[in-house]
Amino acid sequence: MVDQPFIQLNRVNKWYGEFHVLRDISLSVAKGERIVICGPSGSGKSTMIRCINRLEEHQQGQIFVEGIELTNDVKNVDAIRREVGMVFQSFNLFPHLTVLENLTLAPIWVKQMPKAEAEDIAMTYLKRVQIPEQAHKYPGQLSGGQQQRVAIARSLCMNPKVMLFDEPTSALDPEMIKEVLDVMVELAESGMTMLVVTHEMGFARTVADRVIFMDRGEIVEEDTPEEFFTHPKSDRTKLFLSQILGH
Amino acid sequence: MTDIAAGSVSRPPAAQTGVVGWLRQNLFSNWFNCALTFLALYVIVVGGKALVDWALLDATFVGTFEDCRKGTGACWAVVAEKRHFMLFGTYPYEEAWRPAAATALFIVTLLVSTRRSLWGRPLMIGWIASFIVMGVLMRGGVLGLTPVTTENWGGLPLTLMLSSIGIIAAFPLGLVLALGRRSTMPIIKALSVAFIELVRGVPLISVLFMASVMFPLFLPEGVTIDKLLRAQVGIIMFAAAYIAEAVRGGLQAVPKGQFEAADALGLSYWKSMRLIILPQALRIVIPPLVGIFIGMFKDTSLVLIIGLYDLLNAVRTSINDPNWRAFGTEAYIFAAAVFFVFCYFMSKYSQYLERLLAAGRNR
Repeated sequence: MVDQPFIQLNRVNKWYGEFHVLRDISLSVAKGERIVICGPSGSGKSTMIRCINRLEEHQQGQIFVEGIELTNDVKNVDAIRREVGMVFQSFNLFPHLTVLENLTLAPIWVKQMPKAEAEDIAMTYLKRVQIPEQAHKYPGQLSGGQQQRVAIARSLCMNPKVMLFDEPTSALDPEMIKEVLDVMVELAESGMTMLVVTHEMGFARTVADRVIFMDRGEIVEEDTPEEFFTHPKSDRTKLFLSQILGH
Repeated sequence: MTDIAAGSVSRPPAAQTGVVGWLRQNLFSNWFNCALTFLALYVIVVGGKALVDWALLDATFVGTFEDCRKGTGACWAVVAEKRHFMLFGTYPYEEAWRPAAATALFIVTLLVSTRRSLWGRPLMIGWIASFIVMGVLMRGGVLGLTPVTTENWGGLPLTLMLSSIGIIAAFPLGLVLALGRRSTMPIIKALSVAFIELVRGVPLISVLFMASVMFPLFLPEGVTIDKLLRAQVGIIMFAAAYIAEAVRGGLQAVPKGQFEAADALGLSYWKSMRLIILPQALRIVIPPLVGIFIGMFKDTSLVLIIGLYDLLNAVRTSINDPNWRAFGTEAYIFAAAVFFVFCYFMSKYSQYLERLLAAGRNR
């Protein structure tokens, strides 16, 4: 029991209609581990991490988070969602609330935290993502990079034990990618358990403990970034790497 | 280009800007438009003069029906003469202050509610208190007020009550129906769809008719439910079905990511609806919702089919007096003016609300 995996997927399968989107996915993630998941579009990477907080339901196999199994039981789902933060490609900030209200909403309504305390915590995280001065603006008034940093802070306010990132920089203009990646690197250095779906191979190299390559619903290869980038084993990985690193 | 280089500001030619430019572009751009402009001007002047003569200059504002017959213009005296029946229907004449006070209280509460800073629980309690006071004023029987049965309620207070209570009660019901229609639970979904489609599929007049004529047939012997209350329930059900469909449109317009973000933060279904989804959905559907509200306000006139005297029916009945029968146009204009004031207020207020709630959302 020294290293019970924090997240465990056992032979998880999922179909969209006839389309077999996840095939026998098995994966275990230890506490504090940083994992980068890459692969061509439609390979099931997003679906896989979305299964971990049940934004998608898996149809076969088992998923455990901190020893709790994800089932149809709403209690389990709620318990797991409290431990798992998520950052989306399209930010998904609440446009009708100010930045500060976006951050304090879940602590106040889910954790029943007093408003003042929730605001203190929110300001701490806004400072950490370098935008405390935007607290009283609305998301629509911020740049994409700022919005994504707010979204990261919003997740952190719930004090999650693991953070899922679903292509967090794909919707950003190039000059804003760095500011978001910097926040993610800082988060990784603080010891957060992270699963990151991304095409930012620089980030994978510097931060990841493991890189997972998915294609057509399967985990094709799984290795340290060093090995993964210098000695890819499968042909599909080689092809993928040549496509995204080739220019 | 040399101007710009020299640093001076270049302007469009004077003939294309300002009043002159506007006139030129819109009214006098060619000979045909010039002709149309002058023709329209002629019609406006002649028609306008006739209208002003009739409605103001030659009109009789005070006097008897004989004075009116002598005059050539409008007879506004009919409004003064029949004001009690027009505004309050068959409500006892000597108790007129009661419906007047109830109407005034309603309007004050409404105006107070327009202030966004006051929205909240106290205002809700204020509305309930207002309705109770209005009910006591109208009904009487306590505090030394003579009892007046609902049969004799009528006119403006009746129109305001039927429509405002109708809208206030139909709104939450409509929300629940809209959520029900989008529910993943099959029975709830089926019930919501059935209710909405059934009610929307029949005219309001038949709902009112059923409420007044058929509904009592299903009640056990000796049990009666007030006719006014039955009409009110009919109006609420009808409005709820329309509101539900408008709100459903709004729910569909909220991006899927908003639902996912709320889920991912661990918000329960009801909390995410209340805090995240509905505030966005409702902002989107303000225009169709206010359209429904305005429609409901005017449709309350249909209660005349079951013998209630709403404002319009009261006005219509008031000119049955043979002496004043000739002046129906003036009476109807009065009724139209009262309806217009309330509808225009709703319309303007909804525009204000849209701007208010859009604050900060657009760059």
